[in-house]
Amino acid sequence: MTDLTNLTVAQIRDGHRAGDFSAVEVAEAFNANVAGAKALNAFIVETPEHALAAAKQADADRSAGTLKPLSGVPIGMKDLFCTYGVQTTAASHMLEGFVPRYESTVSAKLWDAGAGMLGKLNLDQFAMGSSNETSYFGNVISPWKRNDGGNAALAPGGSSGGSSSAIAARLCPAATGTDTGGSIRQPAAFTGISGIKPTYGRCSRWGIVAFASSLDQAGPMARDVKDCAIMLENMAGFDPKDATSLDMAVPNWEAALSSNLKGKTVGIPREYRLEGIDPDIDAMWDAGIAMLKDAGAEVVEISLPHTKYALPAYYIIAPAEASSNLARYDGVRYGLRDLPEGAGLQDMYAATRADGFGPEVKRRIMIGTYVLSAGFYDAYYTQAQKVRTLIARDFEQAFASCDVILAPTAPSAAFGLGEKMADPLAMYLNDVFAVPASLAGLPAMSVPAALNREGLPLGLQIIGKAFDEQGVLNAGLAIEERAGFNARAEKWW
Amino acid sequence: MSDYRIKGETGEWEVVIGLEVHAQITSNAKLFSGAATAFGAEPNTQVSLVDAAMPGMLPVPNRECIRQAVRTGMAIEAQINTWSRFDRKNYFYADLPQGYQISQLYHPLVGEGSLTIAADEKAGIPADKVIGIERIHVEQDAGKLMHDQHPTMSYVDLNRSGVALMEIVSRPDMRSPAEAGAYVRKLRSILRYVGSCDGNMEEGSMRADVNVSVRRPGDEFGTRTETKNVNSVRFVMAVIEGEAKRQVALIESGGTVVQETRLYDPDRNETRSMRSKEDAHDYRYFPDPDLLPLELDDAFLAECRESLPELPDAKRARYLAAGISAYNADVLTAEVEAARWFDALLEAGAKPVAAANWVTSELFGALNRLGRDISDSPVSPAQAAELLGLVADGTISGTIAKAVFEKMLETGDGAAAIVDREGLKQTSDTGAIEAEIAKVLAANEDKVAQYKGGKEALFGFFVGQTMKAMQGKANPQVVNELLKKALG
Repeated sequence: MTDLTNLTVAQIRDGHRAGDFSAVEVAEAFNANVAGAKALNAFIVETPEHALAAAKQADADRSAGTLKPLSGVPIGMKDLFCTYGVQTTAASHMLEGFVPRYESTVSAKLWDAGAGMLGKLNLDQFAMGSSNETSYFGNVISPWKRNDGGNAALAPGGSSGGSSSAIAARLCPAATGTDTGGSIRQPAAFTGISGIKPTYGRCSRWGIVAFASSLDQAGPMARDVKDCAIMLENMAGFDPKDATSLDMAVPNWEAALSSNLKGKTVGIPREYRLEGIDPDIDAMWDAGIAMLKDAGAEVVEISLPHTKYALPAYYIIAPAEASSNLARYDGVRYGLRDLPEGAGLQDMYAATRADGFGPEVKRRIMIGTYVLSAGFYDAYYTQAQKVRTLIARDFEQAFASCDVILAPTAPSAAFGLGEKMADPLAMYLNDVFAVPASLAGLPAMSVPAALNREGLPLGLQIIGKAFDEQGVLNAGLAIEERAGFNARAEKWW
Repeated sequence: MSDYRIKGETGEWEVVIGLEVHAQITSNAKLFSGAATAFGAEPNTQVSLVDAAMPGMLPVPNRECIRQAVRTGMAIEAQINTWSRFDRKNYFYADLPQGYQISQLYHPLVGEGSLTIAADEKAGIPADKVIGIERIHVEQDAGKLMHDQHPTMSYVDLNRSGVALMEIVSRPDMRSPAEAGAYVRKLRSILRYVGSCDGNMEEGSMRADVNVSVRRPGDEFGTRTETKNVNSVRFVMAVIEGEAKRQVALIESGGTVVQETRLYDPDRNETRSMRSKEDAHDYRYFPDPDLLPLELDDAFLAECRESLPELPDAKRARYLAAGISAYNADVLTAEVEAARWFDALLEAGAKPVAAANWVTSELFGALNRLGRDISDSPVSPAQAAELLGLVADGTISGTIAKAVFEKMLETGDGAAAIVDREGLKQTSDTGAIEAEIAKVLAANEDKVAQYKGGKEALFGFFVGQTMKAMQGKANPQVVNELLKKALG
């Protein structure tokens, strides 16, 4: 019998439906992989019983003829989504032991669709980081190794590093991620998997621990484009509990998948050609252009003139919102409370927040507090908002002459754990290609396109017009089919 | 112009007052959550996940709260901003679960408007005065700390957390405690007419931040202080008087007023400093990224406007036009319940002037005696109209009407039924009246002589005696005529 954990979401769904295997067999196989992969530290909480219960239900539903879209499919849940009765931490000490009595909209939709939960996936603390090294529960390790014979532990990307590592290591066929400034796309690129951040508002933010409200967007991560489409269909949808939710019907993305790009135009942004970038990245990009041409698309050069201001603007807006969003973690109502002997309210705040937040979270709270302060607000926050408007306009103008934009996902392949922790700016640069689409609220995905000379995966990014996830998925599929990326990390854990 | 002055050692000072009134919006649910808003509920029973700021919770604007604020804005003839936005006001306190209050700093829902306070000579308001209102914005209330529940800990009650407030900001247009008092009363009256706030100051549904400064008449504005959370009209007036005097004494003794926030202590009737401008919070206001800008469409605005009731000023004008005295018109329009009751009485056919007199004297007197509000008056407008109708058509006299009203209060029966049962119909039977007059004059020959000698004031005595003899049932006009004839 084939190893069930090698199957994609679509294969599991279809095979289960056809009676090739039971959902319980699938769940048990993935549960076993999860249990055997502690070395990757991808999960904060493992929930094999949840996966099994959903599997039993799926098998019963199959007998009863009441199968649901994701019946029999176990998935991983990023630990930023609140899950009823299951600890939700955002990888922080602050929320260690916090067990919500509510279920996030996105996870509730997935369970309603028949999916089961293998566990809560590790991430950068409060989703702040690009390497998964800021988690209170320890860094996630990528299953990938360089081909240099060394044994350096590599970053799985971040913040959705537990998700990327777990999928790449076959601990789950798909997982949820969230993307504020690249947190789905960059980890997907680092680990040779696919991931899509949909248009802002597609997925409800209700029940997701907030990082930066105007940027946060949930999306799926999976092994291929089709799985992303299937997952996204079961995550997206209008939610009256989220005032920024899009009141639009969810398209049938999977059914409309097509890699035929005849009549489509692909834009190549001049400003994304960085001086001194890794030649492997440029080579992959050029190969991607060729693939899309081969799929029938016309390729044009476009300009996104304000690109260089995107990262600075992002690192003002996101921390500003975070500094306010994280004010609720004060030790008063839930989560950590540090109450030194004889402490008053202010002392409790100080002690709780000093202890509960890691250094990167504190850094961003301080940046955010600073840029919103009287006297600095206009120079930083107002200015950053203007830049954001200009970046959105750049895209709007570019999309007058193209349907999707092709660019690298990240400026490098996965780096070693610890290599960039001492230099926050170098770390932030990882998101240089990802952040503009976040600021503009556009759908964007990463698909694996090549291995670099170190044998590590590289990802191509497709950015689409607002609401045009289909265009993004289709271009992604065209690359996937042509890149033939089937490398996988050799099991060492 | 108000001539209210603080008389200092060095001369006279004028007081400049602006008020920020926080009015709780009447709504079954909070501003951004579905939680209920009942007053006096057990602590922490009116709290949703959003109000407790649990991780991942999001605010969704409550349409009814927005509607009520818009209607209030229309009632003060203010500019309604069809595009407004919510901002976060960031600060840490245990009664503020989110760590920020959702408010509107930069783009409030309601812009410039005004209200008029009525002339009141006795209170030193010689003429009607228009008080500018700068803006009304909508914001969340905070929870409440309880310090008396535990020896070393404070408890938090989040029932009020997230309740919708309107902050109604006046221009610094008031010049005396009386004007400020009249402003608060008028504002409260309008809110209650509109139905956007119950105006219950004891329960905290309405409270005022009182901004006071003093200056030499005609000078530039002085430095102001802000006294927070004053919760009665009387206290608002006391704060202004006390604070103005404090500032004058301070300036005259060589000090300077510092811009600061103060607290009022009603027990000692004094304010004390809470914090000065130097250690004022930096609230780091910024647009709330969880909420889209609020855009109001024409249909929404039209519904708001159409649902507005007749407001106090219009009602008062209508009463005056009907011949009702200014005093009665003021009394009848001050409280919306009384005005509604009175309008129902008019609708039931009562004549305006007589009805106004009767309501303000007889009915209010009776309610006062019974300790009841007009909203649970034992006599309905229809019943009252019946009683007044009997007086108007001459069936009973005003005197008898009082007795009938008492019986109505006692028994709940209708006026006509009581008059019938008790035989209280007044008579215009001249024969019977003339017979009684003859008896009265015969029994009081001395007074008849005095009257004829020029003491005309005795006429009333004869009327009274005749009415008494007729057991009050004689038509007073007929009695008058016949008496005049008899006394020649």
